[in-house]
Amino acid sequence: MRKAAIVPAYNEARSIAGVVAELHAAHPELEIVVIDDGSTDETAAVARRAGAEVVQLPFNLGIGGAVQTGIEWARRRGCELAVQVDGDGQHDPCEIEKLLEPILSGSADVTVGTRFAGNGTYRPSIARRIGIGVFAGLVSLIVRQRVTDTTSGFRAMNERAIELFADEYPYDYPEVEATVLIFRHRLRLVEVPVTMRQREAGRSSITVFRSLYYMGKVSLALFVGLLRPRPALAK
Amino acid sequence: MTYSSGRLTFVAGFAVLVVLGVVIELIRRRRLHERYALLWIVTGLVMLVLAVWRGALYALADAAGVAYPPSALYMVAGLFVLVVLLHYSTVLSRLSEENKTLAQRLALLESERESARKGDRRAA
Repeated sequence: MRKAAIVPAYNEARSIAGVVAELHAAHPELEIVVIDDGSTDETAAVARRAGAEVVQLPFNLGIGGAVQTGIEWARRRGCELAVQVDGDGQHDPCEIEKLLEPILSGSADVTVGTRFAGNGTYRPSIARRIGIGVFAGLVSLIVRQRVTDTTSGFRAMNERAIELFADEYPYDYPEVEATVLIFRHRLRLVEVPVTMRQREAGRSSITVFRSLYYMGKVSLALFVGLLRPRPALAK
Repeated sequence: MTYSSGRLTFVAGFAVLVVLGVVIELIRRRRLHERYALLWIVTGLVMLVLAVWRGALYALADAAGVAYPPSALYMVAGLFVLVVLLHYSTVLSRLSEENKTLAQRLALLESERESARKGDRRAA
């Protein structure tokens, strides 16, 4: 079975080599692809030197467009499984095993590494915690399943989810909408508690203005999404 | 009536004719697609009718509860401009969607070509 590791990266030249090396060490069977989302630094060259395949977007598409590119890459290669790992080093490749297990055993189509369900030491700021909590609550209501972390970009998916996301993936801040999409297409999502690390380099992309845009955009997408007809059942 | 409605007819009608002329000229020079010009032309024609045919403007003002009929002209113009802008937002959304898909396909093609070249070198 071919398995892909999708690493979206935007200006992560300082951390990307470490991420690729660690991924390869922990899971040599993964075909690693770094999606360089229009970086202005040496991200693509560094990733190539580290031994990863690099898909270089001509300009910045945002995380949603980058991740979707990776998923399409995996589909073209005939991968039946894909893991998504951030390029900043906050996701520990040693935790990938936990993400893969429910998928390989056939009990989930998508797994999400969550920082809250387990014994993690992740302590976001109050504002962020409220934001994450509000959306987790909203999404839980919509999908009628307890979801604790809708912002995590540490995910794994099987072939059915790859097919779905290659064709349809939300734009910026895609995780919340993607979660709802999973349920509307009647795929099974399982949250897996993982511990995350401090970012190796770079800063979080969250600022006050972006947070407001984030809340507005995601809320709008959620409510309008409810007004769309239910998609036909995938085979 | 305290305003000079004859002058309004002239000014509004003239302005609309200028706009329509510019739109047609832009189409003629292929700087504006017919597809996006149509909304402007419809807007212009409606404004022209209301400017010239005072009865229609008065009836419209009366029906909409606008006390001062020339204001109804502004109202209609504003409404049409909103429709045009909204239309542009949908066009923009479609363009950015297509742009995203193009960027993704291009990037994937380039990477596939790169790996094919590497494979050739290894085989040689």
